Amino acid sequence: MTSLISVRGLTRVFDVSKPWLNRVLERLPKSYLTAVSDVSFEVEEKSVYALVGESGSGKSTIGKIVVGLVPPTEGTVEIEGVDLSRETDAAKVDRIRSDVQMIFQDPYASLNPRWRVRDIIAEPVAARGGETAGLAERLLEQVGLSAADASKFPHEFSGGQRQRLCIARALASNPRVIVCDEPTSALDVSVQAQVLNLMSDLRQELGLTYLFISHDLTVVQHMADRIGVLYLGRLVEEAPRDTLFEAPAHPYTQMLFAAAPRMDAFGREVEPPKGEIPDAINPPPGCAFHPRCPLAIERCSVERPEMRTLGETRVACHRAEEAVRRFRAEPATAE
Amino acid sequence: MTDAPLSPVREARAVKRFKRAWDSDFAYSFRRSPVAVVSFVVVAILILAAVLAPVIAPHDPFDPATLNLMNGFTPPMTENQFTGEVFLLGTDDQGRDVFSTILYGMRISLFVGFSAVLLAMVIGVTLGLVAAYIGGWTETIIMRTADVQLTFPAILVAMLIFGIAKGITPPEFRDQMAIWVLILAIGLSDWVQFARVVRGATLVEKNKEYVQAARLIGRSRGAIMLRHILPNVLNPVLVIATISLALAIIAEATLSFLGVGAPPTKPSLGTLIRIGQEFMFSGEWWILFFPALALLALALSINLLGDWLRDALNPRLR
Repeated sequence: MTSLISVRGLTRVFDVSKPWLNRVLERLPKSYLTAVSDVSFEVEEKSVYALVGESGSGKSTIGKIVVGLVPPTEGTVEIEGVDLSRETDAAKVDRIRSDVQMIFQDPYASLNPRWRVRDIIAEPVAARGGETAGLAERLLEQVGLSAADASKFPHEFSGGQRQRLCIARALASNPRVIVCDEPTSALDVSVQAQVLNLMSDLRQELGLTYLFISHDLTVVQHMADRIGVLYLGRLVEEAPRDTLFEAPAHPYTQMLFAAAPRMDAFGREVEPPKGEIPDAINPPPGCAFHPRCPLAIERCSVERPEMRTLGETRVACHRAEEAVRRFRAEPATAE
Repeated sequence: MTDAPLSPVREARAVKRFKRAWDSDFAYSFRRSPVAVVSFVVVAILILAAVLAPVIAPHDPFDPATLNLMNGFTPPMTENQFTGEVFLLGTDDQGRDVFSTILYGMRISLFVGFSAVLLAMVIGVTLGLVAAYIGGWTETIIMRTADVQLTFPAILVAMLIFGIAKGITPPEFRDQMAIWVLILAIGLSDWVQFARVVRGATLVEKNKEYVQAARLIGRSRGAIMLRHILPNVLNPVLVIATISLALAIIAEATLSFLGVGAPPTKPSLGTLIRIGQEFMFSGEWWILFFPALALLALALSINLLGDWLRDALNPRLR
């Protein structure tokens, strides 16, 4: 198995200081937000790797770093062995840029309202001077729209159709990898299913690799082969889908599962997660999850847990064994 | 080929396009606003009259051979006591037909106004886009310059630029250059508005995902600014441009009135008003009144049109 995307020690720090004058007048120090902290994972070719986490967990930032929209502060992202933020060979950068595409969260903001659909879809090819005749029409039919839609404007489409347009644009340059940043979270549930099925079909047809970013566990369960759970910019657990859903090894993952609404348990009292996601500017010392963790011991507040392997799972928790045992004993109430 | 009838398909398409334009929100809002319709008609008539001045005007005020000094100071719609000629709006001290000078003067006023706004727009939109998209020091320098310029009255800035430009042009070209210097002065004093509006709109647009999509495709900064962001920030620019046009025409008239604008050999409305005010207290009111009325009608109706345009294009006010 070859890994197509390889992320190593990825860290991204944002400067969120107030303007210089305010800092001088109010005697404030510079403040930094660590959106992504030392994240490593590998995505195998033709697989779907999902990143899940709450808002502010850094999952979108990782997506943007992978496609090269945001440079990493530390660490590397290699796609087909090329590091976009350091590679100087223009031809290689250009190849990766057409090999890696992205589908965005908001289908209303991700299509230029002044452009015709034909130009929007063909842009990844037109930008490189490629042949675009008939391309948009072919792609429109591939994503389940009509070739006659090519001369329309984006505002003539619904949310689901717009997301199909985004998929068509992402496919235009024959990519190998598509980063999907919450592609369905702005859509109705019924439309979500259609778009997800389209994405699954296209993946099998074209042999694509997806890096799938979502906060929706059911969507992830439907799509992913392998799942990484993020908490406050750190990867806390990573496992194949079935392993993760059957035996989550990190207390945070267990808490997420307990909090997720389930159709088969209607009327069930949902245990709300305890506490809030902490401030990313001043993260807690040690394990970032320890203030909310039911299994926390003293060591957790001092020492940041390393990623370690536990069966098929990679987990960053000092008490993973206890967590698994506890989940096996009473899966329904595990927080 | 010119008389070839439209094919039925094309004709149907043209009809459809016209219907769609007629039914659009924009056209509907226009039809429903009497102020907009009236001011549009006034502006259209005035612009048409100015453009067609050589055809409409009964006299050519710039051709000294056609002037007769005996015709001087003829009141409107009365027979001249020496020559027996009748002038619609009377004549000035040189015997020039006031109606014709207004038509030609409006030409110059409109030309200066349009060119100055175009210049201000090009400078302002470019700097605003660059400031917002690049950010950092570039933005600081551009926008602080704009702020500083905004603390001076625009007319003062224009007079300063006019003075410098006049100083460096050789005297024999001064009259020819006056119009261009005027355009430069007004244009440079008015770019700030455009820059601020475009910067604000660009800051909103540049974080939208379609811009990120273009970036990740590998489009250059220039292409993204020009092809993606610019078309999406043009609505407010159009509004500002219309209101600026009225302001530029007034600024031109002010400068000309103060004697630093269009020369008397090529009088604009402002120059005509300046000439006219010399005779205001000696009873020849028409020499001042009609050019002033023309200026008022032009500036007011463009302004009202701009006001309506702002309401029609601004979805937040709906």
